[in-house]
Amino acid sequence: MKHLNRRSVLKGAAAAGAVGALSQTGLMDFARAWAQAAPWKPEKGAKLQLLRWKRFVQSEEDAFMALVAAYTKATGVQVSVLNESLDDVQPKASVAANTGQGPDLFWGLYSLPHLFPTKIVEVTDVATYLGKKYGGWVESAETYGKAGGKWIAIPIGYNGNVINYRQSMIEAAGHKEVPKDTAAFLDLMKALKGKNTPGGFALGRASGDGNAWVHWCLWAFGGNVVDAKDKVIINSPETAKALEYAQALYANFIPGTASWNDAFNNKAFLAGEITLTNNGVSIYASAKAGADKDPKMKEIMSDMNHSLWPVGPVGKPTEFHVAYPMMIMRYTKFPQAAKAFMAFALEAENYDKWLVGSVAYITHPLNAYDKNPVWTSDPKLTIVRDCAKRTLTAGGLGSVGERAASALADFLVLDMFASVCTGRTTVKDAVAVAERQAKRIYR
Amino acid sequence: MPEAVIREPAAAITAPSLWSRLKVNRDWLGAWFMLPAAAFLVLFLAYPLALGIAYSFTDARIGQDIWSAPWAGIDNYLWLIEDDPFLLAVFNTLFYTFVASVLKFAIGLYLAILLNNHLPFRAIIRAIVLVPFIVPTVLSAIAFWWIFDPQFSIVSWSLRQMGVISTNIDFLGDPWNARWSVIFANVWRGVPFIAITLLAGLQTVPPSLYEAATIDGASRWQMFRYITYPLLTPIIAVVMTFSVLFTFTDFQLIKVLTNGGPAGATELMATLSFNRAILGGQRIGEGAAISTAMIPFLLACILISWFGLQRRKWQQGEAND
Repeated sequence: MKHLNRRSVLKGAAAAGAVGALSQTGLMDFARAWAQAAPWKPEKGAKLQLLRWKRFVQSEEDAFMALVAAYTKATGVQVSVLNESLDDVQPKASVAANTGQGPDLFWGLYSLPHLFPTKIVEVTDVATYLGKKYGGWVESAETYGKAGGKWIAIPIGYNGNVINYRQSMIEAAGHKEVPKDTAAFLDLMKALKGKNTPGGFALGRASGDGNAWVHWCLWAFGGNVVDAKDKVIINSPETAKALEYAQALYANFIPGTASWNDAFNNKAFLAGEITLTNNGVSIYASAKAGADKDPKMKEIMSDMNHSLWPVGPVGKPTEFHVAYPMMIMRYTKFPQAAKAFMAFALEAENYDKWLVGSVAYITHPLNAYDKNPVWTSDPKLTIVRDCAKRTLTAGGLGSVGERAASALADFLVLDMFASVCTGRTTVKDAVAVAERQAKRIYR
Repeated sequence: MPEAVIREPAAAITAPSLWSRLKVNRDWLGAWFMLPAAAFLVLFLAYPLALGIAYSFTDARIGQDIWSAPWAGIDNYLWLIEDDPFLLAVFNTLFYTFVASVLKFAIGLYLAILLNNHLPFRAIIRAIVLVPFIVPTVLSAIAFWWIFDPQFSIVSWSLRQMGVISTNIDFLGDPWNARWSVIFANVWRGVPFIAITLLAGLQTVPPSLYEAATIDGASRWQMFRYITYPLLTPIIAVVMTFSVLFTFTDFQLIKVLTNGGPAGATELMATLSFNRAILGGQRIGEGAAISTAMIPFLLACILISWFGLQRRKWQQGEAND
């Protein structure tokens, strides 16, 4: 994750400059007209504070800030945006919810709104308005957004987590493409290792990439932490099979993946150290951004591609993409302004630009955005278009509520896989520890 | 009634008022001077400590105040005592503290004795020794993060260039490698504190004692064993108590380097407490119980170093034998 530096400051200034130029464009006309017609009229003297996860793709943030500026111009409502690293959003939101003060809007991940459903403003009107206008919400968006039949949050976007690979390397290892099933995928990993061009998935405590692949693996073999009634069923032969499979994969990884966090595979891939990993499309975005100046980046950009996750013995996809829900805290003095902001952000005139700006790092939750130009601009990015439709939700078969969030934050599944893969414990012991933890969380 | 007779004249003298007696009472004045410090301690140490212990008996979530948190009794402790990750964290913490403290003491003492000699550029060398201590912990942790990187480690790279190894060293991905790596980083950071403090202690040893010992024909080892070491014990006791406490409660280094991974192999009690209480679904009660469980260990550390190293009566404020 990048911190504030000279470059980001300059970019911020450039973005502000771009915003100044906005008044000449059509966006401003739209924004003003929208503010006139919108069902939500911001309160007099309203000011909003929004706390979001810190961006991973600079152009995504630039596009988002342009959207914020357009909202301010249209409604006169000042919006200050705070950035926090992904892991810090949840504790801050929890404290704010319980103490009744803090930012008006929180933008976090997965099941964050379900940690305190009574402390946030119902947004069914916003969701209905947007759903009607833009071809309906995808199923997982309803799961993440609704509690007890009411919308409590708007899943603004998803981050697709897919297989990133080097075409030339997997061809050298005897495969035309990334295999569609888990057995053949293991063969590919073995062959890559045999050619001395291994790949690897993060097994350190990486909330994004680490959780994405271990949950895919667990679910692909039919393992589950809980059943539909939130009863703990992790201790099963299916879980054991998933762990044994992961162990076999790990043996063919590049050494060191047990200490990788979310950033390691990005830099290792861009340095040409690994040939296959799981990630959002941000590696491709970085390679593309650097392609003009660096021939090595250009080579990686043209050689790399993305692929969906292989399907395991359960016979259907078991992908786990990141969801980014946004919610309004009940203590806010300006709920109408906050609702207006959410609706404004997801209007085509704004949202389309943001999707383009985020170069497919963000996937939409509303069906109409399947037509966004970003999905056809580059065939290598088309694959993440359907992530929101394909993803399973936090908690697997069970509820998406706070217990699912707790299990994720505790790295329950991730640590179970990591202890088996690194050989710290046997499969049986690892499952027993995870089962005990799960029972505590789901008591 | 002879007693009454004796008492009567005494009643004639007016007893000094409470205030006039207090005005000249040194203890009363002393109490007032102590008040700011006491208030500071109560507010910032005793109160949070008591609150933490109180939370450990509840199922509180983050942001919930102690009165509205559901009471859980000793449930958190009963759960922890059979919790594998917790027991592993206790083992890791003890191992980390013991090994790192012993190494820090040995290297620190060696450095202190070395620096006490007449070296050229002594002042500059002493300043350089302090550098690891001056660098903010998080910065040095990030530096070590690169040094221990599985793909880009300078150590692996150098050894590979020299042909010593063929593949990179998996510093933080293998459980035992990870433990030794974080201990190394902690020792690197902690040595200056001990070295400089012991150096200060060494300089208080009167040279005349060494002169006398030289005349008696004592060897260098005997001089160390019978002069330096005994005179240094009070400062060793203090510096080692601090060092053990800092190491036992280490947080930043682990958080940045491994976040407790791989699979809990470097998880310390402090990091586990934070992860469970703040990140892990906000189980404040359980996190507080883990923090509270550190107190007996810390007390034991203090008692051992205090009474183990300060056996002499004069060190405890009594007359020498």
